[in-house]
Amino acid sequence: MIVRISGEGQFDLPEDHVDELNRLDDDLTKAVDAGDEARFTTALEALLASVRTAGQELPADWIGPSDLVLPSPDATIHEVREVLGDEGLIPG
Amino acid sequence: MGLMRRFSNIFKAKASKTLDKYEDPRETLDYSYERTLEMLQKMRRAVADVATSRKRIELQAQQLQRSAAKLEDQAKQAVSQNREDLAREALTRRQAIATQLTDLQAQHDQLKAEEARMVEGSQRLQAKVDAFRIRKETMKANYTAAEAQTRVNEAISGIGEEMGDVGLAMQRAEDKVAQMQARSGALDELMASGALDDASMSTDRLQAELDRGFAEPAVEAELARLRGELTGGSTTAKQLGAPAEDAAPASAPAEEERR
Repeated sequence: MIVRISGEGQFDLPEDHVDELNRLDDDLTKAVDAGDEARFTTALEALLASVRTAGQELPADWIGPSDLVLPSPDATIHEVREVLGDEGLIPG
Repeated sequence: MGLMRRFSNIFKAKASKTLDKYEDPRETLDYSYERTLEMLQKMRRAVADVATSRKRIELQAQQLQRSAAKLEDQAKQAVSQNREDLAREALTRRQAIATQLTDLQAQHDQLKAEEARMVEGSQRLQAKVDAFRIRKETMKANYTAAEAQTRVNEAISGIGEEMGDVGLAMQRAEDKVAQMQARSGALDELMASGALDDASMSTDRLQAELDRGFAEPAVEAELARLRGELTGGSTTAKQLGAPAEDAAPASAPAEEERR
């Protein structure tokens, strides 16, 4: 599974790591829904750290799409909401 | 659906839209390559903008540091003259400058991090541009419609994703630079107004009072020396520590006496 960390690069992760990512994503989603910036930063850091640890960074000249794209380490809730745009936080 | 998936889906949808142009995948390959080159150029300009902004902050910080050093000196002079009121004023102004300096340092660190990230990003993009140029030519040469669906699309969406990412990074950097420019401008105005005591304004009231504090004993000493000379006694001016270069013209002590 290929995961991109925005502004950082792409990582190749074992497929079975997805459960761990989903678990960390739950925390992140709750933080955004609550608008809790501190909690968001912590949750995002945990999610990205997990990708970096479990994954292998792909070389810069590797070209291919990612299965997942994650926000950059210093992203704010505001920035994430901007990317989500009209989609809103609670998908209809 | 979790945030991670929503973010991914939207990000990728936006990225692929930028390159969905032509019916023939071979044309799309060329188009994508052109767009990537443009992006690389833009990225380099954005890096230069961030560097310019960072340098401006460095200049402002140097200016503020000079002001702070000058105020520190003035505070010392004031203490040596037993002018606690002046010392307090100098230290209060220096405190305000210290606060501004802390803010500037934080902004500077942010910009530096942004700059480093963008330099890394443009290196990654450069590596991808080079690899993509070679790969697209190979794909065009060995093109078969069936194969094109997967291999070409993969390359195109890969490069599109990279561009989307770089685009996002640039937008963030531009926003930050715009914010900093606004703040730098405000700080320049503040300095120009004298509210923060621009050190280049040497005629400020604080310095004037301190100068007077130093000049008065010197004048007194000169007066004592002249009196000593007239009465034929020995001069005591040196013991009073009067700086010779500050010595007033002969008429000055007379003026001083009249006040």
